[in-house]
Amino acid sequence: MAPGQQTKMAVCVAVIAKENYPLFIKTVTTDNELKFYYTVHTSLDVVEEKISSVGKNANDLRELYLGLLYPTEDYKVYGYVTNTKVKFVIVVDSLNASLRDNEIRTMFKKLHNAYVDMLCNPFYKPGENITSKNFENVVIAMLQQD
Amino acid sequence: MSWASELAGELVCRPLGLVALTGLDTTYNAVHKAIWDSFCNNRRSDRVPLQFKVCKADHEYPKCKQKRTSYEWYIPKGILKTYWMHKHLQEIPAVVVIFFDLDWDEPLWRERQMECATRLEIVRNSLQGRNTKIAVVLIQKNAPLPPGEDLMAAERAVSLCTSCEISAKSLYVLPHTDHLIGYTMRLENAFYEQAQAYYHQEARKVKSHKDFLNKTTHQLLFVRHQFKSAFFNELKQDSHTAIKHYKQAYGYILDLRMHDTNMLEIKTVAGFINYKICRLSFQHNAPLDAIAQFRKHIDFFKSKTGIPELSFEHSAWMSKQFQVFGDLFDEAIKLGLTAIQTQHPGFYYQQAANHAIFRKQLCQGLCMQPQEMKSADVITDYLGPVDFYGQRKWRQGHQSIEPPDLQKERDGILALQTKERQVDHSWLIIPLLSSAVAQFRKYKSPRMKRFLMVQMGEEYYHAKDYIKALMLLNKVMWDYRGERWWKLLTSILEISLKCAYLTAKAQEYVANCMELIGRYSQCSHDEKVRIQMNLIRVMSHEPPDPEPGLDQSCIEKASSIWTEFRSKPTIFTIEMQGLIPFIETKACFTSDAVSADQKVNIEVCLRVGCPFPVRLSKLLILFTNQKYNTYCVMTDRIGTSGASASEMDSGDLYLKPNEPRVFSFSFLPLSEDVGKLIEISSLALEMGSDNGCCAVLRWTGGGGDNLIQPAGPTRPVIKSTVPDMPIDWDSFLVNPAVRVNPRKALLEVKVEHEPPCLLNEVYSMKLIIENKEDGPIQGVRVSLGLQESEENQDNATQVTADISEFEGGSPSNSCQTDLGTLKKGQKVTQQFFVKCLQSGTRAIVAMVSYSVAVVVGRHMITCECQAEEQIFLLTVRPFDVSIKLESVKFETIEAVHSEDPFLLTTDIQCSSPWPIEMKNSSISLVSSEFISTACDDYESQIAGVRLNKSDCGAECICLVASSCIQPSVSLGTYTLEWKRHTSNSKDLPYVMTSFPLPTVNIEHIPITVHVTLPAFGRVKTLLPLSYSVKNRTPYVQEVQISMESTDNFMFSGNKQTHFRVLPSQEYKIHYNFFPLVAGQVSLPRLHLDMMRYPGTMDDIINKMLPTHIFIRPNGKIPPV
Repeated sequence: MAPGQQTKMAVCVAVIAKENYPLFIKTVTTDNELKFYYTVHTSLDVVEEKISSVGKNANDLRELYLGLLYPTEDYKVYGYVTNTKVKFVIVVDSLNASLRDNEIRTMFKKLHNAYVDMLCNPFYKPGENITSKNFENVVIAMLQQD
Repeated sequence: MSWASELAGELVCRPLGLVALTGLDTTYNAVHKAIWDSFCNNRRSDRVPLQFKVCKADHEYPKCKQKRTSYEWYIPKGILKTYWMHKHLQEIPAVVVIFFDLDWDEPLWRERQMECATRLEIVRNSLQGRNTKIAVVLIQKNAPLPPGEDLMAAERAVSLCTSCEISAKSLYVLPHTDHLIGYTMRLENAFYEQAQAYYHQEARKVKSHKDFLNKTTHQLLFVRHQFKSAFFNELKQDSHTAIKHYKQAYGYILDLRMHDTNMLEIKTVAGFINYKICRLSFQHNAPLDAIAQFRKHIDFFKSKTGIPELSFEHSAWMSKQFQVFGDLFDEAIKLGLTAIQTQHPGFYYQQAANHAIFRKQLCQGLCMQPQEMKSADVITDYLGPVDFYGQRKWRQGHQSIEPPDLQKERDGILALQTKERQVDHSWLIIPLLSSAVAQFRKYKSPRMKRFLMVQMGEEYYHAKDYIKALMLLNKVMWDYRGERWWKLLTSILEISLKCAYLTAKAQEYVANCMELIGRYSQCSHDEKVRIQMNLIRVMSHEPPDPEPGLDQSCIEKASSIWTEFRSKPTIFTIEMQGLIPFIETKACFTSDAVSADQKVNIEVCLRVGCPFPVRLSKLLILFTNQKYNTYCVMTDRIGTSGASASEMDSGDLYLKPNEPRVFSFSFLPLSEDVGKLIEISSLALEMGSDNGCCAVLRWTGGGGDNLIQPAGPTRPVIKSTVPDMPIDWDSFLVNPAVRVNPRKALLEVKVEHEPPCLLNEVYSMKLIIENKEDGPIQGVRVSLGLQESEENQDNATQVTADISEFEGGSPSNSCQTDLGTLKKGQKVTQQFFVKCLQSGTRAIVAMVSYSVAVVVGRHMITCECQAEEQIFLLTVRPFDVSIKLESVKFETIEAVHSEDPFLLTTDIQCSSPWPIEMKNSSISLVSSEFISTACDDYESQIAGVRLNKSDCGAECICLVASSCIQPSVSLGTYTLEWKRHTSNSKDLPYVMTSFPLPTVNIEHIPITVHVTLPAFGRVKTLLPLSYSVKNRTPYVQEVQISMESTDNFMFSGNKQTHFRVLPSQEYKIHYNFFPLVAGQVSLPRLHLDMMRYPGTMDDIINKMLPTHIFIRPNGKIPPV
């Protein structure tokens, strides 16, 4: 991909708390927002399964990036879990074939950094919904623009 | 338009080679019937895969078409004829078998042979042009002879083959003997081989056409021929070759020119071939191939919608593709394939459902112009059986890009749309969703399962089955609440509310409203306002306004049910535990524990999160002990309607949004709960009125955010009750239990006693009780005893209030007495006696319990009180007794000699800090027949003696053992009777303490020597001595004696002698000693030797005899 024509990638970005409730969800368009909520919510099934299958061996260093979660018809759902069990979910349009695993990883890395920056704010109480403008801007930069 | 996407039955069934059996009369001929049954009945999987069919001998098989020699001018009209598969499965046999009754020894052989040949000829004519194999089976009555022996048979067989023009391999013999099934199986295998050869030949024949085809005009034929080859190979049961041809056919399909007019045909056939490939791949245990093929299939065709007016047809086709693949996948799993969480049939069913939903939406968009409906008979003109799969009835066989007749095309589309309108899509979607739910449940995806259930609920709602929708949605809502996905919960609640409205279920309606106007609901403010107004309407027994976006007809139906609701009062209870309602409650006891005479205070904090204020009609707190329930009820004074905010007073239950209010209650604990917990079992709020609509909202326990906040530490903060301070909801913590402690006793208990206690004595303890209450106390009960704990459960401590009890039984380790009533300030003394049977320290508890009437506020209550005093009591031994055995010479001995006296001495060392008074002492000899006192009866030597600390008292008793056989004898016990001697001990009884006496060993000595000796002698004065030797045996003993000479004495008598002693007799020897020196002088030693026991007696005898004697010097006064 040429550096000039950098297309925005994701259609939905979500941050999920350790207890599996949403901290932050942002979608490209608002008209079928509910569908993305369901997509993110159902993808937690796979995330939970992946975490629990690794958790059996405590010495294993779990990779944070979980890879492709659900193969749905229209979207690809990717997952990432921090060491504190905060989950990041990125939904990508299936038609967007140009996206490779590496680029998804980079996006998660960026998201994780933004999350950590946001968490450093002493006025943010962990577990509250994320309202940070900076964090939102990072996410908006990742979302696909039609 | 589901008919075009259905899979043909011939496609789905397993292809089996067809064999026609002719010449069998199964109706009238029992033998033929048996043969037919053996072919067609009980076909298990181990039998060859063939299908048998009975035909008449002159059955007409489908005519074979003239095979064209050139395809040059031929333009195909379609891909696959609808009749073709059926024809080869059911009508054109691979083998025709002619059964004929003919034995080798038939007398009319020639005629019968002719008849057989004729029959064969008829069949041959009917199969003109086909490669169908023909076989002849002769049914014979006789069992065949071994090959080569029946010459006539061999000869006639050859003649039959020639006249029938068949090869010898096609002639079979079937003797109908006992082993019919065995013969049948062998015949079957032979037919199977022939059938395989036939289908192989057919497949090659199809393949041979390929050379005549060209790519421009015969594209359709490429697909058709590959399909036919594959199908023949399937009939041949060669599935690997079949799948190869199917794949090629699929490849040719993708190369076809596609346009709107032939799209349906291409998709239909592609769907068929895809089905075959996937099915065979699963069968070959290559699920990944199947999945890849399906993926390719869907990816290619998903954008090939076809005519936009009929796009629902495409969705129907897509839905079917997914469903069929899901079924194939599921079938494979049932046969042993394992699926995983991210790849299982559920996804395909889900996708099928999604396409079905999309189809419904398209149908609603495309087919809902009522003026353009077609009548039923017109539809049959446009829909129905066609010659080629997937073609339109009104333009069959037409392969050009543009439709031939535009008017017909429009009418056809309209007919299809009309047909689509009549389909009830919801009942297509719901089973698909339910299949998907079952799969996702199986593969550990609870959230996906719930999402599908929500979709199912929505679909039931669209299908107007509101009750089922409500039920389904209620089932899953809980999980969304638990995981706090408010947005999803809100969207589910909105549908649920609609369903509740349409079914006029007041309880569900109210519950849904309550959640939707709560603080976590994601509804807009206006929406909340609207819902709350509806809630207020229902609570005032009015029907609510309809939900927006509902059908007018449904609203009318619903409003009639709501009128019914108005006609009679409705009361229902809503359990708030599982909900996240607009109203929140917290209840707390202000303290953790109260005394029995204190009031219990409860505070209840209420908060509402809805847009408008709320007026409740009643607040109740229910307790585990229901007797308190009446104390904690608050009823709104103003009533539910017509109240204005200005009339607020303390008794009203008017709650403003986001202004928490606290309501306080207090009551006195009941005496039955003293020492227990009072717990809040539930909180209840009532809305509405009893004669209209009344909702009871119930929280179990103390309320609070049990779903959102985990039950953490529930320590209440002590709140300042400044009236104007707004109440902080978060700092108000739930505390649903309070402990009721007994009232503190106002009573003085003192214990008087003189420690330490002596072991075994009767120890006096006096309890002095003084009433310090303001009034008399009743039912005073005093008890003294060991503290109740596990290590104290022994019998070594006895307590009683009555001293005589020690004599009778053994009192227990605690004792209580009733003292009745004590007046104010009265003092009472109660004496207890304690006997400790083991030394050490023990905790003794003195307890006084009583009841007293107390005035609290305006109430008079009776309280049970209890005062307790604990004493640690040390018990010590009063004295130590040591008992010794001594010889008469006061030497400690190990063993006693029988019939020789010995001494028993007892030393009593007093170790008690108090003086001890001895009343008496006694010895009880256990074996008095062996051991008895040597002279007088026993008489205590220490009776009446008082011993102070460290004093020692001693007794000495002389005993003698009789001669007996027993080597050791236990002596018995030594008992002292004593008590302490203090100023307060006069009334105390004496107690007896016993000590065991040692066991003695008795030795039997055959002789004893005794010497009579004066107390002292004088120097140079005669000292006569006589030794007497006694024989204790019943035998005569021979004894030798010699006297040793010393310098101290001169003596006369036998220096050495030898004598005999008769049994039990004594022998005396006399000596005259003449002392020469004064002082303690050693006597000359007497040596004794017995002939019977030589060398053993000397030492024993020496111990019996004195060794020294005191010799006085001569005084100045000579003896008189």
